Amino acid sequence: MATNYGSKRLVVGAHYGFRDWLSQRVTAGLMALFTIVLLVQVLLPGPMGYEKWAGIFAAQWMKVLTFVVIVSLAWHAWVGMRDVWMDYIQPVGVKLVAQVATIAWLVGCCGWAVQVLWRL
Amino acid sequence: MPETMKARPGANMRLIEALQYRLPIAGVVSILHRGSGMLMFFLLPFVIWLFDKSVTSEISYDTFASAFVAGIGPVPGVLIKLVVLALIWAYLFHAIAGLRHLWMDATHSVSKSQGRSSAIVTVAISTVLTVLLGAKLFGLY
Repeated sequence: MATNYGSKRLVVGAHYGFRDWLSQRVTAGLMALFTIVLLVQVLLPGPMGYEKWAGIFAAQWMKVLTFVVIVSLAWHAWVGMRDVWMDYIQPVGVKLVAQVATIAWLVGCCGWAVQVLWRL
Repeated sequence: MPETMKARPGANMRLIEALQYRLPIAGVVSILHRGSGMLMFFLLPFVIWLFDKSVTSEISYDTFASAFVAGIGPVPGVLIKLVVLALIWAYLFHAIAGLRHLWMDATHSVSKSQGRSSAIVTVAISTVLTVLLGAKLFGLY
């Protein structure tokens, strides 16, 4: 196995692959679970309208699950988008700008979604 | 010397050359998995806007509902529906292509023929579900 520490340490690329691989799958699983839970509640008997729709998200356990999914989505999208930038953008400066913009975009979206969720 | 420091053999492929490649269906699913993910990433604020309007109050719920009919500002309702249809497709395709990966990981189903058949299943299921939900969105049933 090639030396990957000290002065020979590989300092580029996603050399922490397993953690990202696992986190992308775990966050995907949580989002799939959320989709099923939401779908079941939507399909429960009763006319669809504001009362029913907002009522689904008003329950405390659903708020917690939705919050977990918001964070999961941002994490999942970060791993995916960083892969995209690493594959297609070679100049280091441009890549850094794209990655920083991605983080800002996702953190901003998270903040907005959480604000909407917790004023219900 | 790290792999990334070595000179690449030949020149990098240009996008136009890459587009001339005849991709197998597993390759098409792979690039669409990436494309659908990017689409959802860039439309994330629109999704949160829809969530915001739909849950905040009765009045905002009406704004949400009328976006699909009267549109949002100068943007006509039919365009909103088309964008939402694209999001529905992206979500379904991305989720099913992701489940395909989980299935591959769990059962070590990584042969060429399994990759091909699971890619066909991914395209088929996501297309059928998109058509069903799209028909509902456009009021066909």
